Amino acid sequence: MKNSSTLHGELRRAKRQALLLRAAVFLAAGITVAVLCGILLYILIKGVGHLSPELFALKYNSENCSVLPALINTLTVTFLSLLIAVPLGVFSAVYLVEYAKKGNRFVSLVRITAETLSGIPSIVYGLFGYLLFVTTLNFGYSLLSGALTLSVMILPVTMRTTEEALLSVPDAYREGSFGLGAGKLRTVFRIVLPSAVPGILAGVILATGRIVGETAALIFTTGTVAQVPDSLTGSGRTLAVHLYALWNEGLNTDKAYATAVVLLVIVAAINTLSAFVAKKITKGKTNGN
Amino acid sequence: MANQIKENLMRFVFFLSAGISILAVLLICVFLFANGIPAIREIGVSEFLLGKIWKPSNNLYGIFPMIIGSLYVTAGAILVGVPTGVLTAVFLARFCPKKAYKFLKPAVDLLAGIPSVVYGFFGLMVIVPFVRNTFGGSGTSWLAASLVLGIMILPTIIGVSEAAIRAVPESYYEDSLALGATHERSVFRAILPAAKSGILSSVILGVGRAIGETMAVIMVAGNQAVLPSSLTKGLRTMTANIVLEMGYATDLHREALIATAVVLFVFILIINLSFSAIKRRSNT
Repeated sequence: MKNSSTLHGELRRAKRQALLLRAAVFLAAGITVAVLCGILLYILIKGVGHLSPELFALKYNSENCSVLPALINTLTVTFLSLLIAVPLGVFSAVYLVEYAKKGNRFVSLVRITAETLSGIPSIVYGLFGYLLFVTTLNFGYSLLSGALTLSVMILPVTMRTTEEALLSVPDAYREGSFGLGAGKLRTVFRIVLPSAVPGILAGVILATGRIVGETAALIFTTGTVAQVPDSLTGSGRTLAVHLYALWNEGLNTDKAYATAVVLLVIVAAINTLSAFVAKKITKGKTNGN
Repeated sequence: MANQIKENLMRFVFFLSAGISILAVLLICVFLFANGIPAIREIGVSEFLLGKIWKPSNNLYGIFPMIIGSLYVTAGAILVGVPTGVLTAVFLARFCPKKAYKFLKPAVDLLAGIPSVVYGFFGLMVIVPFVRNTFGGSGTSWLAASLVLGIMILPTIIGVSEAAIRAVPESYYEDSLALGATHERSVFRAILPAAKSGILSSVILGVGRAIGETMAVIMVAGNQAVLPSSLTKGLRTMTANIVLEMGYATDLHREALIATAVVLFVFILIINLSFSAIKRRSNT
């Protein structure tokens, strides 16, 4: 009799504990989702109403707070940074995967430094870019200085994703190519890299997302002029910097909301694109390609 | 023959590209240290690191309040972000119906993609007024910054923890079930302990993100360069110190700001080292 009642108590306790744990897990997930929805909805509700044609006027003035110059600068900086960082990142990965011998000292040094680079906060990149590109090399506050700074920042991203993509290319491809008499270089460019394209692309999209959202690394490198500069050596702010500047001026909260909406739409588009590419990659793998 | 030259040339180009990472880290170190160390020497190491007063106009450069500010804010972010993040990761890996997962995973990715200025802006418009109305004060505070940063590190914590939980062999869970434990108990007592080191790395990555975050913190932390006396008082982080004053600083003031970045950089290096130490230990 006594035994069965303690057993009952035990069972009830186990049940209660399970229920509590389950509640905690669901609560946490609920909070995460609620926070995300809260941020998105709040910005959308406050901002969409202030989207107007004049927000996309060709020239910025303090009246219209046009985001178009900032958008164009964002595109320029993104393109330029990718132009510098992607070849470097891809070539680095090619060296690490295709050329270097395993356990090479140089290779482990490259890995350690790349890991270090990916942990450095963007404000430190900003100061570094300011010290090296803006003042020492005398590029001044310019799109060029900003793009150079960001290309150092995204280098580890492009490198790591390419490396993973190269590692997943089956060795049979390489052996087949060598067997047909192709040299190492030809094998890399004709066989290995083309099969790694989706992985490289995923890295490029990831890097684009980081560039678009970057502020701290750009304030002291591209500067904060709100126009499209005549050349790459002119100063111009990107969209994220534009939003920061609007807050700093503290005059146009409505326009700031609208700018945040534009920024969110771009980020969401980049994320969708990246999910799409990721799906392509996994599909390719299950098909055995 | 020409082919051989091309092969060797490109091999060299690949080698050089791989060296860029090393060069970049070297350059960053050289430029930061060369510009920051002389200032630390001029101000005095203990005056700089432990000095409680930051008043560039009076030639007083003590960054102790900022170091503490960064640590406080990071600690707050960890307290907010880690429990929520780890439990959400448990949910995604072990409790989530497949159909819901299809929506939740991209949602977490989107959370990771939102730029920090947008977080800062949201914090300023929603969290700061909330703190002001609930606890009084100006609202821009240690608490507000901790909440915003706690949200910002969620995707890092969730992503890395979820991967760690999924990497635990299924047999751990099944054995626990077979011994009569409930689903919940099996997850928390058998799987989570096995994923410990992965979860710890997620926390360290979160610390790195929180301590290095700049824009969002500036917008919600109040930025007073004094030691905060309570959760609802404002504080200034090392990152904020740099951005706020770099625009107009000259001479020693400017170098003192770069020296602040040196201190931040050293913090990040320590965090990176402990991260790779944990990763190495869990690999062996």
